[in-house]
Amino acid sequence: MTIIAKKHEMPTQAPEIRAHNFDEVALGYSAEVAVEEAKRCLNCKNRPCVAGCPVNVNIPDFIALVKTGDFEGAYKIINKTSSLPAVCGRVCPQETQCEQRCTLGIKFEPVGIGRLERFVADYHNKNAAAGDVIKPVDNGRKVAVVGSGPSGLTCAGDLAKKGYRVSVFEALHTAGGVLVYGIPEFRLPKSIVEREVEGLKALGVDFETNVVIGKTLTVDELFENGYEAVFIGSGAGLPNFMNIKGESLKGVYSANEFLTRSNLMKAYREAPDTPIMKGGKVAVCGGGNVAMDAARTALRLGADKVYIVYRRSMEELPARREEVEHAQEEGIEFRILCTPVEILGYKNPDDPRDPKNGFVTGMKCIKMALGEPDAKGRRRPVPIEGSEFELKVDTVIMAIGTSPNPLIKNTTEGLTVNERGCIIVNENGLTTKKGVYAGGDAVTGAATVISAMGAGKVAAKAIDEFLSAKND
Amino acid sequence: MYKILTKKSLNASVTQMEIEAPLVANKAKAGQFIILRVDKDGERIPLTIAGADRQTGAVKIIFQIVGATTMKLNAKNSGEYIQDFVGPLGKATETEGIKKVCIVGGGVGCAIAMPVAQEFHRLGVEVTSIIGFRNKDIVILEDEFKACSDKLVVMTDDGSYGRHGNVTVPLKEMLGAGEKFDMIITIGPLIMMKFVVLTAKEFNIPCTVSMNPIMIDGTGMCGGCRLTLNRNGERITKFACVDGPDFNGYEIDFDEAMSRNTIYSDFERKARDKACNLFKTV
Repeated sequence: MTIIAKKHEMPTQAPEIRAHNFDEVALGYSAEVAVEEAKRCLNCKNRPCVAGCPVNVNIPDFIALVKTGDFEGAYKIINKTSSLPAVCGRVCPQETQCEQRCTLGIKFEPVGIGRLERFVADYHNKNAAAGDVIKPVDNGRKVAVVGSGPSGLTCAGDLAKKGYRVSVFEALHTAGGVLVYGIPEFRLPKSIVEREVEGLKALGVDFETNVVIGKTLTVDELFENGYEAVFIGSGAGLPNFMNIKGESLKGVYSANEFLTRSNLMKAYREAPDTPIMKGGKVAVCGGGNVAMDAARTALRLGADKVYIVYRRSMEELPARREEVEHAQEEGIEFRILCTPVEILGYKNPDDPRDPKNGFVTGMKCIKMALGEPDAKGRRRPVPIEGSEFELKVDTVIMAIGTSPNPLIKNTTEGLTVNERGCIIVNENGLTTKKGVYAGGDAVTGAATVISAMGAGKVAAKAIDEFLSAKND
Repeated sequence: MYKILTKKSLNASVTQMEIEAPLVANKAKAGQFIILRVDKDGERIPLTIAGADRQTGAVKIIFQIVGATTMKLNAKNSGEYIQDFVGPLGKATETEGIKKVCIVGGGVGCAIAMPVAQEFHRLGVEVTSIIGFRNKDIVILEDEFKACSDKLVVMTDDGSYGRHGNVTVPLKEMLGAGEKFDMIITIGPLIMMKFVVLTAKEFNIPCTVSMNPIMIDGTGMCGGCRLTLNRNGERITKFACVDGPDFNGYEIDFDEAMSRNTIYSDFERKARDKACNLFKTV
């Protein structure tokens, strides 16, 4: 049998078209292509891909069923370990996880595991009849999950399947966490997240939106209200700023604010209730996935020009390769090896009431060179003296990272955090407070959807063991 | 969904509502706020809690009908529902160590100042209240303030009611006459608060201001509500939603806050006009 050296191409919307709409960029495999791609899997003995997956999806087995055309069977295999396959198939960095370890990948391109996962999940969502869910036997025990992002949804799903009565508390008005406020529609359609949430509801999970744990209720009050264990998956929602001059000018956003306005508050739609600055020239500072999302959102909102301003080189960009390529295809300009030192604003010297006053007009940047490697092995960027230049922009979006929100830490006695504000847990996700578990970005700082899901899974298992032992 | 229990018009453009939200009512303290959405896809707006009843689970809000969202809210009647209501958010007003306080409220800001004055009164603190309005027609909550203040001064800009002039006039007089407040707390338009702070500074009296910038989530997530504080020669960024809404008035960069509050003026004007037309045809 001849091996096809490359993955089957993922069909996408043409860049010049998709740059002006919020529809999904990648269109997904057809059944025929999925079967052909599945045939590329060598079904090797040692299955390195499974170990590469944070939730250990049984990859070769589901691919084997795709080969035979049993897509629903394939879904059942994935769903045993992953509660959000349609999400993971879209936003997981497979190239550094399962696909990186793929045996076929040693000589050729690895199997398109992510693309197959997405296909299988979409097939299921399209074809499975509603009400297919078998409700688990209620064990009568209550567990509270704080936050409805990927770690919380996973933890809730795993516990519900074991018969626990799970309540998920969400501060915002819609469940999904970063999947709804952060990741844009064109990369992860909100209907997919909604469907996953509906699936959990069908399992008996209760969602309490508009409840801010640490404000509306405290963790201790959850215990008083009969919850026997609490999982904290409150994410890393606090935006970082650069603390440079001009950061409070009108037109400077945190990526969180910009994306929340567009995604959660639907500012991208015609005649929205929530405003957002659109059009003109936009600079996004940062090089991660969030920076790519913000840049591509700005473009779709109608920007004339969008820059990514990143202090290292293309090689060090922390964003997924695919996202960077998509951004480049759409016409985002990468201004690498430079960093902003000041944001410039309009000031009419003759008229303090000029409505243009206080709006961004540009960004002063300095060029950087790569110096010695830092502790992580990444070469440290060093400013080149006298190399300042001005980038004319109307909007600046800071996408330089987020930190965990201190609301829960500040109101929960016995919960310890590290110097970055991340909750300290052991290998089972147990915090320093009895019965309280945590996972996801609240523990690790900003990371990936799938690692958060992995943490939610580990904690769900530990909570089950803790409560089962308590029973005996 | 959250039920509107009562609705009362305080003046032509200010409405008071009680919303059924027992979890919020249970925790609400003076100085804290809520965020609401009137309907699906609606905007999130912050409003200060004007009172809460733990027995009935009612949370009182008072709002000025200024934009599209507040118009939509005002179009709802008691017995109807609003989409979302979350809180209590922000930190409560600091009351510790204060024996004598001066509350300075302006316009609809008086609705925010009222529960603060009531709380101090409840704690046995000597309360002086100065409340200011543009004219007689929009004076609100006078009786409520009377009930919780040892001394009350009502000011109007045009002299149509109470004393003529702005709130800093009597404040300056009192301070000039040697009145020593442990704290002045001011809530109202930014420009008014700026001048109250300047007056307080002149007499070296500590002054707390309640900030109300543009917000989305109210939990520290977006940073849209950020303010700059000047502290010991350094400029520090704080988020009004989680670090406030109360701040040391001496430190606030008011000019920047005023500028930031106008970022969406254009959008808001258009949305308001559209909503106006909508309600006209109904």
